[in-house]
Amino acid sequence: MTETRVLLIEDEPNIIEAIRFILSREGWRVDTCSDGGNALEAVRNRNPDLVILDVMLPNRSGYDILSDMRADEAMRDIPVMMLTARGQKKDKELADRLGVNKFMTKPFSNAEMLASARELVR
Amino acid sequence: MSFDVLVSICVAYVLLLFGVAFWADKQAERGRARWLRSPVVYTLSLSVYCTAWTFYGAVGYAARSGMEFVTIYLGPTLVMIGWWVILRRLVRIGRSQRITSIADLISSRYGKSNALGVLVTCLAVLGTTPYIALQLQSVTLSLDAFSQSGSASDPHSLRNTALLIAAGLALFTIIFGTRNLDANERHHGVVTAIAVEAVVKLAALMAVGMFVVFVVSGGVGPTLQAIDASPISSWDTGADRWATLIFLSAAAFICLPRMFQVMVVENSDERHLATASWAFPLYLLLISLFVVPIAVAGLSVSPEGSNPDLFVQTVPLAFDRNALAMLAFLGGFSSATSMVIVAAIAVSTMVSNHVVMPIWLNLREGRAALSGDVRHVVILSRRLSIAGILFFGYLYFVLSGGGAALAAIGLVSFTGVAQVLPALLGAIFWRGATRVGAAAGLSVGLVVWIWTSFLPSFGATGILTPEIFAHGPLGITLLRPHALFGIEGLDPLVHSVFWSMVLNTGSFLAFSLLSSQTPLERLQGARFVNIFRYSGGIRGWSSGAVEAEDLLMMTQRLLGATDAQALFRAEAQRQGKSASLPDVTPAFVERLERELAGSVGAATAHAMTAQITGGVSVSVEDMMRVADEAQQILEYSSQLEAKSRELENTAGQLREANEKLVALSFQKDNFLSQVSHELRTPMTSIRSFSEILMDGESMSAEDRQKFSQTINGEAVRMTRLLDDLLDLSVLESGQVILNRQEDTLDAVLDRAFVATGQLGADAALAVDRKGSDEKVPLRTDCDRLAQVFINLISNAGQYCDAPEPRLRVHVHEVDGRHVVDFIDNGSGIPEESQAEMFEKFTRADDHRAGGGAGLGLAICREVMKRLGGEVDYVAGFDGAAFRVTLPDTESAAAGRAG
Repeated sequence: MTETRVLLIEDEPNIIEAIRFILSREGWRVDTCSDGGNALEAVRNRNPDLVILDVMLPNRSGYDILSDMRADEAMRDIPVMMLTARGQKKDKELADRLGVNKFMTKPFSNAEMLASARELVR
Repeated sequence: MSFDVLVSICVAYVLLLFGVAFWADKQAERGRARWLRSPVVYTLSLSVYCTAWTFYGAVGYAARSGMEFVTIYLGPTLVMIGWWVILRRLVRIGRSQRITSIADLISSRYGKSNALGVLVTCLAVLGTTPYIALQLQSVTLSLDAFSQSGSASDPHSLRNTALLIAAGLALFTIIFGTRNLDANERHHGVVTAIAVEAVVKLAALMAVGMFVVFVVSGGVGPTLQAIDASPISSWDTGADRWATLIFLSAAAFICLPRMFQVMVVENSDERHLATASWAFPLYLLLISLFVVPIAVAGLSVSPEGSNPDLFVQTVPLAFDRNALAMLAFLGGFSSATSMVIVAAIAVSTMVSNHVVMPIWLNLREGRAALSGDVRHVVILSRRLSIAGILFFGYLYFVLSGGGAALAAIGLVSFTGVAQVLPALLGAIFWRGATRVGAAAGLSVGLVVWIWTSFLPSFGATGILTPEIFAHGPLGITLLRPHALFGIEGLDPLVHSVFWSMVLNTGSFLAFSLLSSQTPLERLQGARFVNIFRYSGGIRGWSSGAVEAEDLLMMTQRLLGATDAQALFRAEAQRQGKSASLPDVTPAFVERLERELAGSVGAATAHAMTAQITGGVSVSVEDMMRVADEAQQILEYSSQLEAKSRELENTAGQLREANEKLVALSFQKDNFLSQVSHELRTPMTSIRSFSEILMDGESMSAEDRQKFSQTINGEAVRMTRLLDDLLDLSVLESGQVILNRQEDTLDAVLDRAFVATGQLGADAALAVDRKGSDEKVPLRTDCDRLAQVFINLISNAGQYCDAPEPRLRVHVHEVDGRHVVDFIDNGSGIPEESQAEMFEKFTRADDHRAGGGAGLGLAICREVMKRLGGEVDYVAGFDGAAFRVTLPDTESAAAGRAG
């Protein structure tokens, strides 16, 4: 069984550190990208088992990145977990329309986040 | 005395009257009509009531029916004594409504109904015709009495004389009755001539009376004995006939067209009525004083079978007093002519205004509405009407055979005109009276009068056959002229008056109650009945001034008060008058019309001025109302315009406010969402790391330490965010309390650098300051100012991306105010971000390592605004450059002093 690889697209260093710590304990490999502008490129290159995507990113929003991924043959099937501090109903609706696999609002429970991530990479 | 001499004297007398009338007209034109319009002249002019019938007829009446003739004077006397009940009302209404005749009054009151006007005109013509015939007959007979001295005269020559007299009277009336067309229908010349004639007839009758008493009878005592001995005093009359006659003469006094003419139309001052109320009964008393003595003397000295109607003349003749007889003749002639002239004027006005002009205007419909030739048409129609009326009178005289007793003809006429009384009294006392009611009453009265009185007056040889008198028309006995509805045995006069008045009044009341009024009727009804509430106090009026005043009033409504008054003043000056009202000259009217044409159009302007100066039948009030309405419509529409503009403005303001609210609401949503985001982010780290810490075991002490620090750091960041939010909220709401102190700029900057830790050797930021520039005295809230500096310094420390970050603090003056520039050596702020940099939750970039939530510059801006200074980004430097403009110490000082 190959190593599970997660790409974390997030610009908040503390949050990156927390998620990395949690997923590393599972034995997963966590790559990060903190800039919206080159996030898509990172996804294409790494072809991860799971993308954890923030919404408010420098230069490019998480929605745009998700939308492009779903339009791209190569990245269409990569599961995406979206994390956002903007937890309004319309934000979740937009994410669902764009084809998100899991939508979570910050702050999240570590256990819940982990369970969702496990489900998505299975 | 030869016929020629008589005629010459007549002609001379008439020429004298011409002279008087002509002179009076001239005086009036020159504005010296004041004395012509005195109460005395007014009272004397009322004596047109005393016609040839009174002059000759009363004696004849007395000779035939004893004291009954007194009723003919009692009726008017009662009306005059109670003048304020009816007459004052009539005069006031006539004045304020510009009434030109009794037909005009009825028509005007009942909603300007011309049909009613025509109806009353018919009554007037029919009622006046026998009366004119009576005058012709009396003059003819009296002339005949002179020339033939009692012998039977040739009826043919009598007719010719009558025709001659009729023609002469027509000429006089045409000349003085239609000389000038005045909307008020006032005829100074005629009225003055009438007054002269009144004096002549009174003098003549009294002279004959004196002669009879003192010469014929030999003094007062013997006269009274002779009266007692004669049958006159013993002949008695039934109470019903007395009452009927008094009522009839009172009604006729009010309703007779000629009485209405002199009493109402020619009235120049309401107060004259008060004088006339005692003076006219006195006149009547004087003129009736010698009736009985003359009758008694006539009966005793005249041969059997002589006409008692001519006693006034034949008694002096019998004593060969030719001069006295001549005077008597002139008295009778005066009585007859004055009646004919005034009646012809009054009736011709009605005929012209209610019959001829409407027809003419109808015929002309479609062509130029009211052009200059209206005056000529009106005058022509008046003249033709006068001629026509006199011709009818002549015709009646011929048809009736000239044989009926004078008094009988007079009573027929009285009964006819009395038919107007119900509608007239209703017009001025009963608001509920309607046009339909008036029409019904008048028609019924007219028909009954014609049937029971007018037609029978021609005698059994006339239109009605004895057959009809005996058995009714077509054998319907209920409709016998002298026994209507089978009621027999009544005196024919009482019968006629009773039935015509009862049926007339009944129909009037019934139809008025059953029908409803048009709005115009209601309006006019209210005006007429409440005339004393609507019109001002009593005042005299002279035609010229009134005309000018009316014109001014009308002009004011069209041009506005200021312009109109200026126009009239200018005209008065041009005429060389000191008063502000000019004379109404044709030239002025023309100028005025041109002026008005500018605002209402030429035709309307002409029509309107013609209403006032020309004498067309529509009342001035009507035109005023038209002008008022137009004005109101204009005002109303401009009010509407203003209102709609106002509404538009309001709508615009509402739209703006709404947009503002929508924007505010959007901003609020946005702000909340931003705040939420800014709080959730540190919260996420805190929760996540605290959960990790709670998991325990597999964690190095180092990690544990690091995570704890992270949690703490994020908690501090949240606290700072909340502090900033609160601070901003306080600043924005204006509730901030400033603590002003004296200090110097360098001290405040020192404190700021200390607070940020950017001072000393270990500072990340190299700072350039020039202490000598910083000795600027301050009087402001220095802590707040320091807060701004701290923000800017931390921003530089945080965002300056130069390898060796430097911050230069440059204090200098711009436009007389001290400014502090903070310039770093980084890459600066992208142009697109500069504008929104000072808004909430904007950051130069999204790195937030230890940074705030993007509220710093927003707070700086608010603080500087409160302090009276500014903070701006200055473009054009290599790095980021912020400029703080210090509060103006001068104005601060001034504020303190103030």
